[in-house]
Amino acid sequence: MSAIQLIARAAAVVMVGLSLVGCGKSEGGAGGGSGGGGKGAAGASNTNDQGTGDIVIGHYASLTGAEATFGISTDNGIKMAVAERNQAGGVRGRPIRLITYDNQGKPQESQTVVTRLIESDRVVAVLGEVASSRSLAGAPICQRKGVPMVSPSSTNPDVTSVGDMISRVCFIDPFQGLVGAKFARENLGFTRGATLYNRAQAYSAGLNSNFVEAFRTLGGQVLTEQAYSDGDNDFSAQLTAIRERSPEFIYLPGYYTEVVNIARQARRLGIDIPLIGGDGWDSEELKNAGDSLNNSYFSNHYSHEDTRPEVQDFVRRYREVYQKIPDGLAALGYDAARLLFDAMERAESLHGRDLASSINSTTNFAGVTGMISIDANRNPTKDAVILEVVNGQPKYKATVRP
Amino acid sequence: MKTLINQARALSPAAWSVIPRALWPVAAGLAVAVLMHAVVGPNVPGFTAKMMLVAGINIILAVSLTVVNGFTGQFSMGHAGFMAVGGYVAASITYYGSIKFFGSADFAGGALSWTGSGPHGGGPLGKGDLLFMGSCLVGGLAAAGAGYIVGLPSLRLRGDYLAIVTLGFGEIVRVLLQGTPDQVQPWRAAEAAETPWYSLMLKLGGPKGFNLLPTYTTLFWVYLFVTITLIVCYRLKNSSTGRAFLSIREDEIASQAMGVDVTRYKVRAFVIASFFAGTAGGLYAMDIGAISASDLGFLKSFECIIMVVLGGMGSISGATLAAIILTALPEILRELPPVWPAGLALLAVMAVVQGAHRRWHPRSLVVVAAVTLVAELGRRYCASQGINLAEYRMILYALLLIVMMISRPQGLLGVREVWEIFGRRARRPGAVASPPGASSGVSP
Repeated sequence: MSAIQLIARAAAVVMVGLSLVGCGKSEGGAGGGSGGGGKGAAGASNTNDQGTGDIVIGHYASLTGAEATFGISTDNGIKMAVAERNQAGGVRGRPIRLITYDNQGKPQESQTVVTRLIESDRVVAVLGEVASSRSLAGAPICQRKGVPMVSPSSTNPDVTSVGDMISRVCFIDPFQGLVGAKFARENLGFTRGATLYNRAQAYSAGLNSNFVEAFRTLGGQVLTEQAYSDGDNDFSAQLTAIRERSPEFIYLPGYYTEVVNIARQARRLGIDIPLIGGDGWDSEELKNAGDSLNNSYFSNHYSHEDTRPEVQDFVRRYREVYQKIPDGLAALGYDAARLLFDAMERAESLHGRDLASSINSTTNFAGVTGMISIDANRNPTKDAVILEVVNGQPKYKATVRP
Repeated sequence: MKTLINQARALSPAAWSVIPRALWPVAAGLAVAVLMHAVVGPNVPGFTAKMMLVAGINIILAVSLTVVNGFTGQFSMGHAGFMAVGGYVAASITYYGSIKFFGSADFAGGALSWTGSGPHGGGPLGKGDLLFMGSCLVGGLAAAGAGYIVGLPSLRLRGDYLAIVTLGFGEIVRVLLQGTPDQVQPWRAAEAAETPWYSLMLKLGGPKGFNLLPTYTTLFWVYLFVTITLIVCYRLKNSSTGRAFLSIREDEIASQAMGVDVTRYKVRAFVIASFFAGTAGGLYAMDIGAISASDLGFLKSFECIIMVVLGGMGSISGATLAAIILTALPEILRELPPVWPAGLALLAVMAVVQGAHRRWHPRSLVVVAAVTLVAELGRRYCASQGINLAEYRMILYALLLIVMMISRPQGLLGVREVWEIFGRRARRPGAVASPPGASSGVSP
């Protein structure tokens, strides 16, 4: 047996032993405590906060996996908010400690880390997740354990309906559909539209149905709804079908990768009408589209070109720390954390129910992504911005109010 | 002729002994489940309990896949597809059944499946539990049905071809589920109550996933199924059917020559594995409270395959061990605990075992000690330099997997079970004689 083989074998053996011992390793401080034996939606309340020392908050995010950039951006925004707050003296005179766990982009892993945050690290509140499917996995645990959870950017309406502990700071899919419809109908004055969406994607399919509904309510006409699926690269059949109906614009609620492809193919087919989309377009990759996305618009949570002082301040500080322009997810993470601190300051105590009711009663919170007021369904009502794409660069165009 | 029938009849077990033999896995399952629920669950921290629950579901998946990939030597890459079928069927029955029968999609179980905070207060079992259990079993049956349909035409294929067909099946299931219409949410329960069953059951949420399910899965239910799965698979391995499986794995043509109906046995293995994957899917859905087809794609299948390969192709206890390790390892690597207690414990165990068998391997002891020392020093060094190992945990995880597969390409236990390892060695000439299986009391 060669030495390498021997070492490898021994390493393997140690690893087995290690994981078996680790399984039995007990974590400090069990149980989230219970305020009331209430069932499901009624919600319990945790007493994780001891009243002194650091205030511990948790964040679960996809720092690895296919959507790693989402998690990392959000985490950067949250880290910045925590650092700023601590420099300014913390919350209630106590410093804030952030614990971030990676969930590899998996729902089961999300549940595990949320359990770990609540039961082992005894956090007073949880921030997360970007993707709705993972928020929906983490939310029931927060609800059962009575720990408030603020989602920075999950847009599926179901997320906050898990219970009164769950809220968010981004607008929901129906609103973005409405924004797209309002912009097309009122700002651009169009009446005849067509849509092209990804039927395998919750985000895209949801946005499409919400847009169609809103556009019809506003007196517009949707001539055709074309669909494609994950991994499709050739959209000429759908685009030809759309061209035959000669609409005034195409609503394109997909992600940037598909949008760039679709735009190029559309221009090649001689379709030069505006394309309108949602926040899935928000990426530096849009520059790959060259001039084929000119005269196109998309709705977003924020624009770094917005002239409001909050936005400009945020962009400047973010660039100082991370040497890049913050994207929408970073801005939403930053807002989620700051809204949480604001609610902590106002709350009677940092115990679950008090903190949740304080979060849920937030009104006119001046965030980077707009004025945030939490409504009865724990969703924010806030403005959306419309960006125009000019040679692959998004430029601020308009703000649409709800 | 008549004497032959009489002889055969004498060999088959008497009716009175069949029923207890069929029921004891269930009884054992209940015993383990009660133990987990009453003794282990309340006495370990919540996070550890959660890990045990996830590990349990992974054990069911790994052990059931062992029946196909391990015993029968086929290469199925669609295990997550069967899990998805079972999970969605179980979720649909539990969710819409709750709305239809109980009027709302809220939790309606007893203390055994109570996952909220605080004591439950009611009896151990509620009406919701029966629905949940029934739905998991029906989910398993649906997955088994899918396994039969997929298996019948495709199991005439071998090796790579079968792998591609099963991979395709998993993707088809995923795409079909993503094309289903929107879910009827809990606050639209009145609307759901008026919709007929057949159309309601298909409203599975499509790409948004099937969400807001009542959560019933607790340690009790998971370990009930884990125990039953383990016992069934162990007995299967040692039955005539299991021997047919093994013969197919060793040599398909030879076993065909010996009269084994190869395709039929392959389909049988497939159906059995699918059934347990389906029940695991049900437990998974009602644990998370949501199920999404996009998370049950081929990556999930690969996770199951890794467990089987790491455990050893055909070893039930190996697959179990691998499922536990692969569930725990990413979590442990988040905050690497001191390595030396594990290393020392391992050294002690190795010394005792080697001493008992009078077969000393001084080199292995030295190497274990050296690796422990290096790992511990590395950990200390990273800690002193402020390097956060948690950021590299998936790299460490992958590295450890690579090291494992280089050092033991046959998996942790090869084709043997835990309790057979020392039994075999003892049978070699020169070693102390002891009957196989008697040296260790470990059970699957």
